[in-house]
This record gives sequence, structure tokens and C-alpha cells, in this order.
Amino acid sequence: MRSFLTTLFLGASLLSVPYAFSETAEEKGLAIAMEADRRGDGFIDYTADMEMILKNRHGNESKRSIRIKTLEVPGDGDKSLSIFDTPKDVKGTAFLTFSHKVGDDDQWLYLPALKRVKRINSRNKSGSFMGSEFAYEDIASQEVEKYNYKHLREEQYQGQNCFVGESYPVDQQNSGYTKRLTWTDKKEYRVLKVEYYDRKQSLLKTLTTEDYQQYLGKYWRPGMMHMVNHQTGKSTTLLWKNYQFRTGLSDNDFNSTSLKRAR
Amino acid sequence: MGLEMDGDISGEGRLFLQDAAFTNQEDASASVAANLELYHDFDDSLSLTLAAFYRLDASDSERSHGDLREAKLLYLTDNWQLTVGLDRVFWGATEFVHLVDIINQTDQVEALDGEEKLGQPMVHLVIPKEWGTVEGFVMPWFRERTFPGEKGRFRSPLPVDTDHTLYESSSEEHHLDLALRYSTSLANSDIGLYYFNGTARDPVLLFSLDHAGAPILFPYYEQIGQSGLDLQLVAGEWLFKGEALYRIGQSRSFAATTFGFEYTLPGLGNSMMDLGMIGEYVYDDRDNGWLPTIYDNDLMAGLRLSVNDIDDSTILVGAIRDLEYSSTIIAIEASRRLGDNIRLNLDASFFLNISDQDPAYSLARDDFFRLEIIWYF
Repeated sequence: MRSFLTTLFLGASLLSVPYAFSETAEEKGLAIAMEADRRGDGFIDYTADMEMILKNRHGNESKRSIRIKTLEVPGDGDKSLSIFDTPKDVKGTAFLTFSHKVGDDDQWLYLPALKRVKRINSRNKSGSFMGSEFAYEDIASQEVEKYNYKHLREEQYQGQNCFVGESYPVDQQNSGYTKRLTWTDKKEYRVLKVEYYDRKQSLLKTLTTEDYQQYLGKYWRPGMMHMVNHQTGKSTTLLWKNYQFRTGLSDNDFNSTSLKRAR
Repeated sequence: MGLEMDGDISGEGRLFLQDAAFTNQEDASASVAANLELYHDFDDSLSLTLAAFYRLDASDSERSHGDLREAKLLYLTDNWQLTVGLDRVFWGATEFVHLVDIINQTDQVEALDGEEKLGQPMVHLVIPKEWGTVEGFVMPWFRERTFPGEKGRFRSPLPVDTDHTLYESSSEEHHLDLALRYSTSLANSDIGLYYFNGTARDPVLLFSLDHAGAPILFPYYEQIGQSGLDLQLVAGEWLFKGEALYRIGQSRSFAATTFGFEYTLPGLGNSMMDLGMIGEYVYDDRDNGWLPTIYDNDLMAGLRLSVNDIDDSTILVGAIRDLEYSSTIIAIEASRRLGDNIRLNLDASFFLNISDQDPAYSLARDDFFRLEIIWYF
């Protein structure tokens, strides 16, 4: 009898190990990131207009308008093209990025005054994107494979039940961060807030997102992203407009030929 | 999108630090310039671009000039695109010397670095494929290089007289120039290969006497065949760049190459500033007696500081040293935006220890500061 009970008990606990009871914090963190990624899959392509408002600590403002085209690449990171409309002295400047799940992204810059396409080094992920508080790694395609994860807790943030978890860049040497702390809403898996910690482990920046809208009944995109740098007092706001999905973009819209005619 | 209009108006002042080497050359210059660009797309596949430029220079009449930089129709399909009209095309990879860039003529009076180009009439077909991009160019009309006039700086001892231009081809400027290019992007590199057949963009300068018996220097444009290669390669934090060409038709056949690296230090001193370090070398085996070049055997080094501030401030310092004659050219370019629509450029160049054997000798007394204010509308 005793031996039977023991066997049953052991058997039950063995069965449960890989599942719900003792899922580690790392496994849960990864599972949340993968679910968020899965929900974003299948958009095929989208275009959007972005206004970037840079503010220094004295409150002086400078605006940039940028158009974005993105193509989903099954099995790898997205392809994207960003075209500057203002400031006018950089009008027509364009970035072409092929992001990858593993390894460095491929990136090219088009300079319209010289009609020149330059390969750029994407290893430096911590560099500022066009003088903003967004680093290249913040605006790059957020592939699950680029981070390791750890789920911490669940808590209310702005009236929504959220997962709170940490993520650590896989490429520690070239990232500007040691970790990110992310608030993801449990219902729709939207990122509502991110805290970025620098190489000295101190809080560097906070990103908050607002005005989420759903497209094609599935894909959520924020209308506003606000990044504050706590160490410099500077901030950058991104206002997103005119999201259009499945516009019929193809690989031919994301090569050096299309980069040179981007406008 | 309908009709779009953009443009800019700029004012430029140049101050030369030494007395001129040749008679009548200016000690300072002032000029104003304007660019106007019109763009209209008729539908998703057909668009028209017009880009006009004009400069008015207070002293050098040859520098007062205008050009249609672009006047083209672009027709686009899913599988190819065709450009008909005046356009500008850049080929190359390196930062200091642009060896393989050949489609457009240099607008030499505009800038010493030769990066300003004249619009080239062309029919240009582009076929992008999975395995690379094939481009064909047919160029029915040749553009002559611009040269500073008698009052201008950066000129030869005798000003170049473009009223006495000679061509090797009996069709003169109507020779049909052709080019074919293949380029591709691999995981970590971009490669371009081309062949050009037609009128050399760089003329031989020949000495003669005009009808009145006065000495003149005139341009002579020969027929050449040129194969070219350009390469950009990423390896971790490093960017490697290279160009090479082989040309026949101007005295003896020759090869030339330039190559180097760019390395960027991000977040300088824990700031947002990036510091790029550039090192390049150029070797050119041309017949220097027939077709002289400043860049025959030179080492180049540069530092590019990107401040990454709201005003996009940058400072570039570069040095070019001739390994044979030890001549050195130092160039500084600083640039920032003022507000939303104005850009301020401050440049300076210094010519140090220029040997009288060096083709750069005629520039030896042309050290200058240049201030430019551009207003974009």
C-alpha cells in the first residue's frame, strides 16, 4: 500500500515537472516573449508615418518626419526602409535594414546629395538613432532570439494586468544595456512600459507607450512612444500615423535600387 | 502624391590665406547659389523629376554657372525600371578618392573635392534580380568638365580655355558612350563590377597658342575603355572599402586602386558622440606626364566626429600625404543645423610642403576658409 502510494505520488510529481508547477522564471519569461511574437506574426507588410519630437532638458524641440515601410520575412527578422522627409537638409536620406534573429543586422544608408549608398556597421547597437533618445537597438526589429528572459511578477499598470519581466541582451558586448524591465499586458501582450538599465546597472531610460490601436482585427500598434533619458533629462516622442497593412510590398521594395529611388 | 517642390538658397564666402600664385586670382570670393527640385508622379509607375542649380559668383565668371542636375522620367515595373533624361549616378566605396565613379562629369568649379557632378543625359535600365542587379547605360551626349576662370583659385598656371576643347572621336561630344554594371549585396558585403566605353571624363590638358599667339591650355577628351570594381565589406566593428580600375586609351593602359577601413568608436567618453576613424591608401599607375593626378601614391587618414545632437553637428578632419613627394593636404569640414531649415558649413584646407614636382603644386598657395549658409525651403 505504502509503496503504491509513494509510486503514485512520485509519478504525479514527475509528470508535473516540465509543466505548470515548476516552470522556471526564465521559461515563463521566454514563453511570454514567444507568445507576444506569435501574436505579431503574419502581418506580411505595413507602412506608417512617424513624427519624431526631440526635446532637450531646457524644453527646446526639434521635429523629424520619417516614413517607414516594413516587410515580414518568414523565418528571419523583418526588412525595413525608413525615409526622412524633414529636417529638410536631410530630406530623402534613407535607411535600409535587414534584421536577423541571430547575428548583426545588415544596414545601408542612402545619401541623396551624393546619390550614394553606404553600408553601415550595425554592430554598434547602442548608438543614437538620428540624435534621438532611441538607440538603434530600441528601434530595430525586436526578435525573440536577441534577448534572454526572466519573468518576475504580475502587477497592475495603468489599470491593466501586466507581466513584469526582465530581458538581457544576448550580444552583451555591443548593447548599451545590462537589462530591460518590461511591462506587458496579459490580455493582448502589448508592451506598455520598458525601463532600460545601462552598463553600470543604473536606470538610463524609460519608454512608455500609449494609444494602442488594433489593425486587421489582430495587430496592435502604439500611436505614441515616449522615451525619457533620466541621466540627461532629454526625451524623444514618436507619434505614429497612417498605419496601413498588407499594401503589397515585395523584396524588390527593399534593395539598393529601391533605396536609391526612395522618396 | 501629386507635385512636390523643394529647394535651397545658399550664400558662400571664401577667404584665401596667401597671396595668389598666378596673376589676377582672387584673394576672397563671395557667391550665392540656389537649387530647385520639382517632382511629380503621374501614377505608381511613372514619375518626373526636375532639379536645377545656379550659382552666381562675384569674381570668377566661370564659376557663375547653371546646370540641370536632373531632368528625368522614371518608369517602374515589378521587374525593371527605366530612366530617360539627365540624371546623376554614383559608383564607389571609399571616402577620400572616388576612382571608379565615371558616369557623371565633375563640376570642378563647385568644389575642390570633385563630389559635385553635372547632370548626364542617359537612358538607364535597371534589372534587379535575386542574384544581383544588372544595369545598362546609353549616353548620347557628353558633358565637358567645368574649370575655374582666370580670377578663380584652384586652377592651373594658365586657366583652361574650354572654347578650344578637342575630342579624339570625330563625333566629338555626340559620341555614344555605353556602360554595363553588375552589383550585388551578400550577407556582409556589397560588390559592383562594370565596364565603360566612351569619352573620358577627365581630359588631358594640352598647351597651344591661340590665333593671337597667346599661350592657352585646352582640354582634350580621349576615347577610353574602363573596367571598374567597388567593394564594401563589414566585419564586426570594421568596415573595409576598396575600388580598382583598369583603363585603356589614354597614353599607356593603367591600373589604379584605393582601399581602406573605417572603424567607429561609439559613445565617446560615455556621451552620445561617435568617433569614426578612417584610413585609406591610393595607388595610380597612369602616365603622369600625360594625365597627371594628385593621388598617385598617397596615404589618407581621417577622423569623423558625429555629435548626435539635435542639430546633427559633425566635424571631419582629414589628411592626405603624398608618399613620394611628402606633400600634405589637410582638410577640415564642420557642419551643424541652425533651427529647422538652415545648415551652416565651415570648411578649411591647408596645402603643406607641396613639392614643385607634385601635380598639386598649382594649389600650393590656395589655403582657404569657407563659410556656407544654406536655407532650405
